[in-house]
Amino acid sequence: MRYELDPVRVRKILGNKKQFIMGDMAIAYGGLLAGVGFFGGYPITPASEVAEGMARMLPRAGGTFIQMEDEIASMAAIIGAAWSGTKTMTATSGPGFSLMMENYGYAIMTETPCVIANVQRTGPSTGQPTQGAQGDMLQTRWGSHGDMMAIALCPSTVQECLDMTIEAFNLSEKYRHPVVLLADGEVGHLREKVVIPDVDEMELIERIEATVDKDKFIPYSESQTNPGSKVPDFPTFGSGYRSYVTGLTHNDMGFPATDKQPDHERLINRLVSKITDDREKLTDVEEIELEDAEIVFVTYGASARPAESAVRMARAKGIKAGMLRLKLVWPFPEKAIYELSKKVSKIIVPEMSLGQMVHPVREFAAKDCEVIVAPKVGGVMHLPVELLAYLEEGSQ
Amino acid sequence: MKKEIQVAGFGGQGVILSGFIIGKAACVFADLNAVQSQSYGPEARGGAAKTAVIISDETIGYPRPTSIDVFVSMAQEAFNSYLPDCRDDTVLIIDPDLVTQSDVGRPVYKVRVQKIAEDLGNKIVTNIAMVGALTGIYDLGVPDEAVKKAVIDSVPKKFMDLNINAFEKGLEAGKNARPE
Repeated sequence: MRYELDPVRVRKILGNKKQFIMGDMAIAYGGLLAGVGFFGGYPITPASEVAEGMARMLPRAGGTFIQMEDEIASMAAIIGAAWSGTKTMTATSGPGFSLMMENYGYAIMTETPCVIANVQRTGPSTGQPTQGAQGDMLQTRWGSHGDMMAIALCPSTVQECLDMTIEAFNLSEKYRHPVVLLADGEVGHLREKVVIPDVDEMELIERIEATVDKDKFIPYSESQTNPGSKVPDFPTFGSGYRSYVTGLTHNDMGFPATDKQPDHERLINRLVSKITDDREKLTDVEEIELEDAEIVFVTYGASARPAESAVRMARAKGIKAGMLRLKLVWPFPEKAIYELSKKVSKIIVPEMSLGQMVHPVREFAAKDCEVIVAPKVGGVMHLPVELLAYLEEGSQ
Repeated sequence: MKKEIQVAGFGGQGVILSGFIIGKAACVFADLNAVQSQSYGPEARGGAAKTAVIISDETIGYPRPTSIDVFVSMAQEAFNSYLPDCRDDTVLIIDPDLVTQSDVGRPVYKVRVQKIAEDLGNKIVTNIAMVGALTGIYDLGVPDEAVKKAVIDSVPKKFMDLNINAFEKGLEAGKNARPE
């Protein structure tokens, strides 16, 4: 069975154009608008409302919602369903994301498009279930074993929860890669105004399906339909195109080639470079007061909000402060960070953790630019005045 | 214009729904901006629950309260716990049947919203009566009618009249309330 949701019907189910909803619910809305046909998940605070929204609305839209027995099975289910040709999604947090790591790698290796919404909470382990955090930033990039690349987006507002979920589906379809929406408990549980796009206001990208003669189809080569693309054409199960799907190192035909160094090297380099070739095209940042800034925040997600307030307060005091907000965190915007670091004397990275994204920022910043973290743990956001203190101290 | 409203009680009272209604009134029915945040424990009922709403005619950055303009308390424990977060001139609103010890040396608005709900036949609408009382006492910057529309938009159809009555009785009691 292949799901093709009627976008007009989906839009009707979502209701009024302007609504006051929670970030988690906006993620469910975004998934539905993007055309998700299958959601497999296991409820976990603070991500449960994503599943709740999906359970309520997806069957009405013509799709399938399954509450799986755990997060390992949830991830496996969305991978399997994706091969039937539909768009698939799960949502989780903290320990659930850890459980998904093995199959996250499997989705990367098998080039399976799917979306994982991770509404981050504190850890390690079960941590503080009802409190938000930003502790899974590097896990998304490095958490599954082996060489790989990640694609991840970080919403700072409820509207972005909706918009970026649609974007996550688009990137996932385009690159045949699992895309992570790295929300956090603060934004996920915040209610704000959202404006819901109508069908003609959205741009949706669909995976490129196999079109060559069936006997000439090569399932793990560069695209045969879209010349020049490193993303292979998708052989939907049941379409008649033959494909073997395995997490083992495979050759172009999909068959295991576990003892063949050249096959592994070619495969892994293609899996990574199909994304990193587009690194600058994918870079998506918001610049605030950067023209003459001397001391800046590099931010993402919920912590961008107190940081922006702190920048406004600092400007009112005559401090040349600014902010660069990363909307897409992986692949990391190396050039944007390097160029920023050449213009400013200090970069501060406010994070709801002891410091994670500060590491790639430091790696790609010019050597004479000081890079420090402004950590905040315990499930709460930084206060604007706390971040203002960093700007005041740094500008002296 | 920026208003910070905090409502607190215990889990199960509908504290979070009351914040949701106020935020929706501002955003959807009055064309302002609002954010609503919440804190609660893992329990479904009992335990502390609080919600904060910020209403503004500008974009709202930091979404949690930093200077509370009005604090509504529906439980003694919540009143005691969160009063220190308030300014000296924060408007305080309580139900004296739920917060019996409110003598803190400053004026407090006391509205018996639980009694209003009980008189209407169902204690469950205490929170909606409190939304009415808050609207009557404090200028939220949102028309009364917008709050009423948000109530109508947020409660089950089956209990619509009950909720509207609770809101209107609460509103009336709020308009007549004087700080004690």
